[in-house]
Amino acid sequence: MSREATNLLYLVTIVTFVLALRFLSNPATARRGNQIGAIGMLVAIVVTFAQNAVVSYWEIAVGMVIGGAFGAVAARKVRMTAMPQMVALFNGVGGGAAALISLAEFHNLAPDPGTLKTDISTSIMLSAIIGSISFAGSMIAFAKLQELIGGRPIVYPLQQATNALLFAAVVAAGIAIAAGAEQQWLIWALVLGSLLFGVLFVLPIGGADMPVVISLLNAFTGLAAAATGFELENNVLIVSGMLVGASGTMLTILMGRAMNRSIANVLFGAFGQVAPSAAAAAAAGSSDGQVRSASAEDVAVMLAYAHKVVFVPGYGMAVAQAQHDVRALADLLESRGVEVSYAIHPVAGRMPGHMNVLLAEANVPYPQLKEMDDANNEFSRTDVVLVIGANDVVNPDARSNQGSPIYGMPILNVDQSQQVVVLKRSMNPGFAGIENPLFLNPKTVMLFGDAKESVEKLASSVKAV
Amino acid sequence: MSHGLLLTFEITILVLAIFLGFEVISKVPTLLHTPLMSGTNAIHGIVIVGAMLVAGAGHKDTLTTIIGLVAVVLASANVVGGFVVTDRMLEMFKKRERRDPHS
Repeated sequence: MSREATNLLYLVTIVTFVLALRFLSNPATARRGNQIGAIGMLVAIVVTFAQNAVVSYWEIAVGMVIGGAFGAVAARKVRMTAMPQMVALFNGVGGGAAALISLAEFHNLAPDPGTLKTDISTSIMLSAIIGSISFAGSMIAFAKLQELIGGRPIVYPLQQATNALLFAAVVAAGIAIAAGAEQQWLIWALVLGSLLFGVLFVLPIGGADMPVVISLLNAFTGLAAAATGFELENNVLIVSGMLVGASGTMLTILMGRAMNRSIANVLFGAFGQVAPSAAAAAAAGSSDGQVRSASAEDVAVMLAYAHKVVFVPGYGMAVAQAQHDVRALADLLESRGVEVSYAIHPVAGRMPGHMNVLLAEANVPYPQLKEMDDANNEFSRTDVVLVIGANDVVNPDARSNQGSPIYGMPILNVDQSQQVVVLKRSMNPGFAGIENPLFLNPKTVMLFGDAKESVEKLASSVKAV
Repeated sequence: MSHGLLLTFEITILVLAIFLGFEVISKVPTLLHTPLMSGTNAIHGIVIVGAMLVAGAGHKDTLTTIIGLVAVVLASANVVGGFVVTDRMLEMFKKRERRDPHS
């Protein structure tokens, strides 16, 4: 096939990808958009097979069967609660592929130093570095989310100095190669250094900051793909990679804003570290209010006679796999004429939009899922708020306590409602170890226990009312 | 086309793609942020094109063959997994079979 025809057909792929993103603006069309994007990908694959440069097919066929089978099985088998780690995994393999392409290109194009054009060697370096960081970082994120390693931040002395030195060394190697020192061993060292940096850079980041990290790694893989496009002089890679880069960057910014923290603070702050002193400060400043716990029967009566109930889900709901029981409870309440909705904080869970996906899985109609601003407008006319496994996103200290590490973070103002019920396993502080004065608020009652069991109990008690 | 000219075209396309990306993605509601993430995940599976070019080249040494093969495996997993997971997710977002609670 001529290069002109190839490029025009790649343009078809680009258009389908843009349409796929365009259709995502509405839940009613989003699925069709994704299918259009998949067709576009198929076009790109067929066109690539027909390229004159592709003469040997068995490697591609074998690779596609293995990779495709793994991808299909993993994607079909994964539970919705495990979606964050699945997203991290697929993100990582994309970055890994980009890095490998760069390694091979460099190996083939630069048998001797000084033979590569600077822009090509620069893009090879960028793709190798960013792709490797994305691969290793995503694998660590996967391991943390899958709980193969602890979710808490891992810190050690001189951590940031070590990371900074390592990164500087990697960049220096990249510049040296791009400037003409095209030694094969140097790019291998560069890739190994980038992989190590990816590991070290995600290790200290705690579970609750995962939405930011996953978004950022998503942007990285996009950028790696775009850099690969420059090294192969291929438009479809450049445009698609940048679309992903833009998306990941935007999500990263949105997530950072939803926590009122700069991206630098998330990446280098090791959030868990500030907890002990902050918890002490918060405890000293807090009122000596009482925690009041209630029985499921008490809460069921409140719910059954309310006009408007709002559920506030958090990561605890995902851990307990309680989304189906929550939906069942909501159905019961609706059948009694109670108005039910869900208030979703942007960083609730472990990735952007995590709670929406879980509740959609439980067949909650999406018009009931309210974004933070809409939800905050409704709390003042809400009778009962049920907080299910959420903590920091409803912590009023974020509004009023300047000493709190989450001060300034926009929260769901659940304390503006008539009554708050907090479902919680115990009085242990949440992920960040931050005291939550909401629990001491006179409007609040606690319902202790596993979220799933508590919601089940509530449902059976509501039936009995 | 000279190499320098080609590069300027590529950079032009890159910059336009950045603006297009922000424009299109700013219209995606927070409700769909997870599908956005996994959908863009699927899109960066486009690196499969590069992987195929490496793996499918003629006259390559063993190292390139191995690297190319692994790259195709990773990229294929990315493509298939990305689109399938996104489809599964989007299938779940439904407006409602609305039963009237008062009937």
